[in-house]
Amino acid sequence: MKRTMKQWIGVSTTAIMTVTMLAGCGSSGSEAGKDQGGQATATAAATANAKPFAGKTISLVTANHPWADAIKPLLPEFEQETGIKVNVESFFEDQLTQKLTVQFTSGSATPDVFMYRPLQEGKLFYKNGWLQPLDDYAQKAKDYDFNDFSKSAIGSTTVDSKLAGIPIITEQEILYYRKDLLEKAGIPVPKTLDELTAAVKKLHDAKNEMYGFVARGQRSPLVTQVSSFLYSEGADFTNGDKAVINTPEAIKAFTTYGTLLKDYAPPGVLNMSWPQAFGIFAQGKVAFLTDANSLYKNLTDPAKSQVADKVGFAVFPSGKAGSKPYSITSWGLAMNTKSANKDAAWAFIQWASSKDTVLKTQQKGNPGARASVWDNPEGTTGFPAELVPIIKESAKAGVDHDRPTVISVGEARDAVGEIVQKVMTGETNIQPVADKANEALQAIMDKDKTK
Amino acid sequence: MQYSWFNRNLKWIYTLPAVIFVLLMMLFPIIYTVRISFYEWSMSATTPPAWVGLSNYIALLKDERFWHATGATFYFTILALALEVVLGVGIALLLSREFKGKNLVKTVFLLPMVATPVAMGLVWMLIYEPTIGVANMMLKSLGLEPQLWLASPNQVIPSLVIVDVWEWTPMIALIIMAGLATLPSDPYEAADVDGASAWRKFVSITLPLLKPTIIVAAMLRLIDVLKTFDIIYATTQGGPNFASETLNLYGYVLGFQYFKLGMASSLLVIFFGLVMGLTLFMIWMRKRLEGA
Repeated sequence: MKRTMKQWIGVSTTAIMTVTMLAGCGSSGSEAGKDQGGQATATAAATANAKPFAGKTISLVTANHPWADAIKPLLPEFEQETGIKVNVESFFEDQLTQKLTVQFTSGSATPDVFMYRPLQEGKLFYKNGWLQPLDDYAQKAKDYDFNDFSKSAIGSTTVDSKLAGIPIITEQEILYYRKDLLEKAGIPVPKTLDELTAAVKKLHDAKNEMYGFVARGQRSPLVTQVSSFLYSEGADFTNGDKAVINTPEAIKAFTTYGTLLKDYAPPGVLNMSWPQAFGIFAQGKVAFLTDANSLYKNLTDPAKSQVADKVGFAVFPSGKAGSKPYSITSWGLAMNTKSANKDAAWAFIQWASSKDTVLKTQQKGNPGARASVWDNPEGTTGFPAELVPIIKESAKAGVDHDRPTVISVGEARDAVGEIVQKVMTGETNIQPVADKANEALQAIMDKDKTK
Repeated sequence: MQYSWFNRNLKWIYTLPAVIFVLLMMLFPIIYTVRISFYEWSMSATTPPAWVGLSNYIALLKDERFWHATGATFYFTILALALEVVLGVGIALLLSREFKGKNLVKTVFLLPMVATPVAMGLVWMLIYEPTIGVANMMLKSLGLEPQLWLASPNQVIPSLVIVDVWEWTPMIALIIMAGLATLPSDPYEAADVDGASAWRKFVSITLPLLKPTIIVAAMLRLIDVLKTFDIIYATTQGGPNFASETLNLYGYVLGFQYFKLGMASSLLVIFFGLVMGLTLFMIWMRKRLEGA
């Protein structure tokens, strides 16, 4: 009897598990059916109506980002014009990635359009077949003026020479400095990295809690910010399909950045990402800071910053190869390959990235990618007047990536970040560290090719 | 006939739903994890999981970061557990005496346990901030050198241990207090007659009688400390430069940041075996100690 009982348990467990799994399949199946039904009625309605998309509904997923806040009030306009109903959902950055990954892995047809981070997730998403290439749409669209987008911004959203998304938010690395301190010490704004180092040394006074320089020191976050140092010295993370983070130029760049942080940054910089770095600058304890221009409000908003009226902006200092900050697309709009409403989805993307809409979102302080909007005096009202020429100049000379462009970005960032962290913890023989990191990066790139 | 079968097997039938639930919710994930640990899977839709045999395990055993994480896990666990048990017993002895406002002290004392770990991590980050944090302000007011705390590769684990001790010592104290309440009073009366000192009474009576309770408390805590994730993730994310990266954290990074789900699973399987082994060892120790 006992034995049969055990068998019983085994059989019923299997049965229940099977039922549960079937139920899971069933529900997703019926959902897919519903979508198709919805599409059928939508098409029927469209033929009956003058508006080409009347009755269609698309789903849009955004990050909790100022751009999303700026676009939401404009949506009724778009809905009126096209007859497309837009359902919006917003998430925090990390949640957004997780949600998209899970939904796409299960082959979902929604969301139709979504915000994504081209350099962090672009390659992974594209290689997994989740991003609809937009080249044809963008080239054929009437009055869209695709060539108006800045080259580096488009470079960021391009994977395997296909347009994987449309840039909506751009950013460049710039130099933030304290006008009052420089004036008092009679130092001109540094134009080169050597001048920067000299100025940092001069203003550093740790005894009185006045530090020369701050930037991100945490392993992974620092990688994007050291990239401009790298390019300006004539180096890069990769060259073709080779990792090149152990060249003399690259080591010089890593050493410059690491040494500035080791010798002239506030204590604890090893653990700082941008919130801590901007926080301590805003407290008035630091003279120089290099980071993205998009974060300027943390320093110029009197509610957050004690030095709001003393912050100056400058183009990233030049190294051996000139001033080459990154100029990238930090957020793009993309289309789901599985979307059932691709034309409607494109209509939305085209509208959201049109000159008119970009002008409106940029006036709210969201740096867009369209040259014509930057050249329009109305387009720059959302930014401090002194920052505008810096942005324009940085965008011109800028490099279109700020991290190794691989599929496993997280892993690659950790490999690169370790070199700088070793400099910061006092390791003087950096060549072997860089060689090892280069090997690791090469392994990541080789693995990408098999995917 | 059928009725009596039902009656005879009542204990099986009534526990069946629970057994099924446990099987589904506990066994299934474990078996699934073991299965994935033999595959290479990056969550990609285009490349399906590929069978790689033991190579995930071999790669891990050759991985410096894995061994470093193992070391960090034990360093953190041993230091935290030792401090928590010693302090927990001490606090329980103090709190088991009668004094005015005892209930208030007990309540305040238990607060850290109910705080949200991640929010707490953020608060401790501020406390430890080298330039403006409270910890260094206190050191300075005592005339001591300010420290780097979480930002120093050498100090980061002891600093995290302080947070863990602050949060979880109350739990140990709580269990020990319950144990103290059940101790018989006659040995103490006999000791009083013999004129034993307070210390002598503690060493010769309280401690031996409390041993089973202390072991249970330590065992519960051991399993939890080994698995600590939240405070480390919220404060340092394993930094600076991997210094506070424990096995649990490395597993998370492998899985959700590097998308190496197979390797992450094999790490978790090893970790699971480790926790299981330690727990069995503790149970064995307990039997031996209690037998002695």
